[in-house]
Amino acid sequence: MSHVSTYKPSTGIEKWLDKRLPIVRFGADFMEFPTPKNLNYWWTFGAILAVCLVIQILTGVILAMHYTPHTSMAFDSVEHIMRDVNYGWLLRYVHANGASMFFIAVYIHMFRGLYYGSYKEPREVVWMLGVVIYLLMMATAFMGYVLPWGQMSYWGATVITNLFSAIPVVGESIRTLLWGGFSVDNPTLNRFFSLHYLLPFAIFGVVALHIWAFHTSGNNNPAGVEIKDVKKDAVPFHPYYTVKDGFAIVVFLILFAAFVFFNPNSLGHADNYIEANPLSTPASIVPEWYYLPFYAILRAITFDIGPISSKLGGVIAMFGSILILFVLPWLDTSKVRSMRYRPVARMWFFLFVIACLALGWLGGKPAEGSYVMYAQIATAYYFGFFLIILPLLGILETPKPLPRSISESVLHKSAKVETSAAPGAPAAAE
Amino acid sequence: MKAMNITKTLIAVLAAGLACNTAALAASGKSKHPHEQHWHFSGPFGTFDQNALQRGYQVYETVCSNCHSLDLVAFRNLGQKGGPFHLDACPAGFPDTVDCSNPNDNPVVKALADKYKYQVTDGPDDSGDMFQRAAVPSDRIPGPYANEQLARLANNNALPPDLSLITKARHGGPDYIYSLLTGYEDAPSTVEIGVGQHYNPYFHGDMAQAMKPEYMHDGHPVEGVSVPLGGVLAMAPPLADGIIEYGDGSPQTVEQYAKDVTEFLMWAAEPKMESRKALGVMSIIYLVILAGILYWSYRKIWADQH
Repeated sequence: MSHVSTYKPSTGIEKWLDKRLPIVRFGADFMEFPTPKNLNYWWTFGAILAVCLVIQILTGVILAMHYTPHTSMAFDSVEHIMRDVNYGWLLRYVHANGASMFFIAVYIHMFRGLYYGSYKEPREVVWMLGVVIYLLMMATAFMGYVLPWGQMSYWGATVITNLFSAIPVVGESIRTLLWGGFSVDNPTLNRFFSLHYLLPFAIFGVVALHIWAFHTSGNNNPAGVEIKDVKKDAVPFHPYYTVKDGFAIVVFLILFAAFVFFNPNSLGHADNYIEANPLSTPASIVPEWYYLPFYAILRAITFDIGPISSKLGGVIAMFGSILILFVLPWLDTSKVRSMRYRPVARMWFFLFVIACLALGWLGGKPAEGSYVMYAQIATAYYFGFFLIILPLLGILETPKPLPRSISESVLHKSAKVETSAAPGAPAAAE
Repeated sequence: MKAMNITKTLIAVLAAGLACNTAALAASGKSKHPHEQHWHFSGPFGTFDQNALQRGYQVYETVCSNCHSLDLVAFRNLGQKGGPFHLDACPAGFPDTVDCSNPNDNPVVKALADKYKYQVTDGPDDSGDMFQRAAVPSDRIPGPYANEQLARLANNNALPPDLSLITKARHGGPDYIYSLLTGYEDAPSTVEIGVGQHYNPYFHGDMAQAMKPEYMHDGHPVEGVSVPLGGVLAMAPPLADGIIEYGDGSPQTVEQYAKDVTEFLMWAAEPKMESRKALGVMSIIYLVILAGILYWSYRKIWADQH
């Protein structure tokens, strides 16, 4: 941890333990961690995500006690959970909707990181670990969706695993390895169940690294300037942010509960209440909502590029759209973190958010007619934002002057509110 | 042969999903938007109407069960809390030792199981033979066919779907089921309907395939003609006015039958809905109060920082 430990072991056992395994010190330092005093509600999503992960693991472990990973029994075992297991319906609806809640929170968390430049020096590793967590989440959620063995489970698994066959030379072998055979079948279901149980613990591990990393670099904050004076600029994590995060978590849980108790199937697809049937293809195969932007990018590549077929091109674009985030810290050339002080970049950022939402909408539409063209435009903007706009803006844009410190940025804000009543007052130093 | 089919389907899927083949997805037709019904179970405080559930069970038992199974529902479920035949207390004449709120001792459920139109295959017995016996409350409701092949043989090669989850397994849910049951129409003159097929504007199908050739040109309908909404299905209109006698004086119309059986099927698909919503209301109240307390604490703790 980057701050000086203020923990003083007071009891005999604490002193004894502190020399051997300073775990109490670790906890105390964690709670004392100097945190910028200006964090807004966008910063509460980290804690919300931690809660989501814990909820998914707890409900998942119990669901696994009642679920049967076999093609002939999986669908019925889920219905057994819904009907005969005590509060099984609650566990299963919390787990299924929990996945969606997890992704809502992670997307907000990622857009927050983008807007406030949380990926910039010295937080590149924090950001990259975040991208790893996101990739693991995508894999885990995809395999989890296969487990109920409904029609969308089966056909979604078929479409996605077939993507891997587009990889030159080794693609076919990778697909066979994923399937454990020559089509999506019982071995596929078994290995997906095994990995679906494993990966959340891998996520847990990377989350620990993610937290360790930003406890080393310190939190970013809306002003994007570092803590200069701990006394003026920061507050201890506890109680200031435990209470603020706690409030945000409970508000988020209200939204969560509204889905679980009153609309538990609204985010799912009706076809997944039909048992998987390899001989009957659904009219349209649509992934879960949180994959739709990437599904749109995949289908936007309808043309061959030299030796690269449109199928391989789509797969490259889809994976590229996430992998590009790994190099974002070096693509963005601006030294200014927060887009509060980057008026031009901010405009392009909001356009980027719109492009992502548009891709999500287009991913749920059939890939035909003008939908394809819109998806191509949005895909081009997605990549253009990272590869052209952010590198160039760092050179071309003149940022607004930065506040000298976090406390100044906070005071400046409250000063503005006070002086707004007096129109004759001189403008604050800008 | 099976592998060939799968490969073919795969190719079709990939063509549609990846190569953005416009024709592949454009083929699926449009159907009429289901009538939105007011359901007793709608909304955060909605509950099932026990009388409607009982009538709906009667419709299922008399009509639907001739072709459709209800595999996920056991007789005991009919007597569980919130079920169609749940009893809080025994009718007069039962000894105090019997607890009729227990579905397995519920006299109505026991009688329904015992007299059910299909028997349960049990066994093997001591001589190694399977045998038929009357159902008991712990049995799942037996379906009309022993296996899929028999079901197809009896239904012109169509497979009547199991109804346990049908209200959740179709877009539009209960509104769709109600609209389908009440929405049969004579087919428009522009289409040719095969023997054993029935036109329904609410069914998810593709009527372009059924257009008479004189109304089509190059795969598109000719000027002034459009492809009708809906599709064709193997199920003949199952309900008609007066075919089921209700004991409680409710109207004996197709609309009432359809409404009752849909409510029953919604219960069959989501038998824990009532306790889910009740727990939901308590949870939200709890969370809102907790949020209030936390917000107050937040203001208090941060007071010296603002």
